Amino acid sequence: MSEIESPDDGAEPIATMTLPLDQWHRARGGRMVEFAGYWMPVQYEGIVAEHLWTRESAGLFDVSHMGQLYVAGEGVEPALEAVLPIDLSTLKSYAPRYSLLLDDNGGILDDLMVTRWNTGFYLVVNGATKWDDIAHLRENLPDEVTMTHLEDSALLALQGPKAVDALARIAEGDVALTDLTFMKGGTFKIAGIDAWISRSGYTGEDGFEISIPAENAAQIADLICQQPEVKPIGLGARDSLRLEAGLPLYGHDLSPETTPVSADLTFAINKRRKAEGGFPGAQRILAELTDGAPTRRVGLALEGRQAAREGAEVYTGNQKVGVLTSGGFSPSLNHPIAMGYVDVAQAAPGTALEIDVRGKRLPARVVSMPFVPHRYHR
Amino acid sequence: MPRYFTKDHEWIDVEDDVGTVGITDYAQGQLGDITYVDLPAAGQWVKQGDAASVVDSVKAASDVYAPVGGEVTEANAALEDAPELVNTQAESGGWLYRIRLSDPGELGGLMDEAAYKAYVAEL
Repeated sequence: MSEIESPDDGAEPIATMTLPLDQWHRARGGRMVEFAGYWMPVQYEGIVAEHLWTRESAGLFDVSHMGQLYVAGEGVEPALEAVLPIDLSTLKSYAPRYSLLLDDNGGILDDLMVTRWNTGFYLVVNGATKWDDIAHLRENLPDEVTMTHLEDSALLALQGPKAVDALARIAEGDVALTDLTFMKGGTFKIAGIDAWISRSGYTGEDGFEISIPAENAAQIADLICQQPEVKPIGLGARDSLRLEAGLPLYGHDLSPETTPVSADLTFAINKRRKAEGGFPGAQRILAELTDGAPTRRVGLALEGRQAAREGAEVYTGNQKVGVLTSGGFSPSLNHPIAMGYVDVAQAAPGTALEIDVRGKRLPARVVSMPFVPHRYHR
Repeated sequence: MPRYFTKDHEWIDVEDDVGTVGITDYAQGQLGDITYVDLPAAGQWVKQGDAASVVDSVKAASDVYAPVGGEVTEANAALEDAPELVNTQAESGGWLYRIRLSDPGELGGLMDEAAYKAYVAEL
């Protein structure tokens, strides 16, 4: 017996690093795998149980592998607008916004969250791409703008319909945690320790992302998991939850080969930037906004129980019309789902297609995403 | 009825010239939640080492190699609706298929239970 496809392709030739909660995960029975250059828990009790627990209660995810950056200095706003298609004039303080790091051809280098803190901006980028992102930003930001890698901070995500009950019990702030709505944040104290908390996440559920000092991470993770609603959740369920939520995963569903238009992420090109351009790849992206891109990221629902995974080719008859970038069994829907890029002519919801899995054609149809409705607290 | 094991974590029970094939409890634990099993059809001929079956978990798809060659006589129909039997009863009710051995001599290269236990303990 041997594994045909493995989801953890973050293995680096360099030595695998440990995160602040490494021992914490091991002590709780986390099965550790290499991901994005770090040892991380892929599961504790099992992916399906953890997935369903998060959907019905609350799950704690350690996402400390992600890059937390702080960018500030004279001219920081035009400098960031030169590398991101974001409109900072409409970005209120403490409200995270999704954005994209683009190359000169409009290809996606990373997706990230940008939050205005007092005089600077807090960025959260993907773990597997953070070193490249840092190099890219250092090269493209002017000398007056300083970038700090917040390596002494850990990042947790508490996700699920009962996350608010658990976290409100232990987080104290000038505003009540319950007053935050989706994509709003603020500074709080948990057990007397400073925490930046935003109501956001990567599961489609209500929930929070929590940045804390690395040295206090274990203490705070313990306190959160002492709440009866909460269990620790591994990377496996993180992936199945985000897939059901229709959220793309960088390095799989997004890459330098994909553009914001083909990836169906045009909302990340803010209105003023669509009109004015002036961001990397604007020429191609603005043209695609008008004329469309040849391929589009879509969701696919499969019949039967056999899953199709990243790399599987999509067909209509004998004609190859696309390729999957993510795929797996949906624990909440109890059937397989997938995400991939298909020719725009085949991208309309309802389109019947076939997916080649080891020479077998699995029937599938294009469906609108999310597969499982979002339940954000708006 | 003797039970044999492979290094790839398949087991086979042999009675006369018919073997019942499955994956070990260790293997199902490594795979996690099993969501689908692709089984060979009765009448299909397989060679020792062929990927005669595929087990899908939430995490990944895994080949299950034939521990011996022969003709498949029956697939476990219960797995169609309840693939999780491979998790809950890996070495009994979660068997995958039965095979009529073409060369019982192939069993000679497999491990007995004690040898397999020692092998897994080293992993």
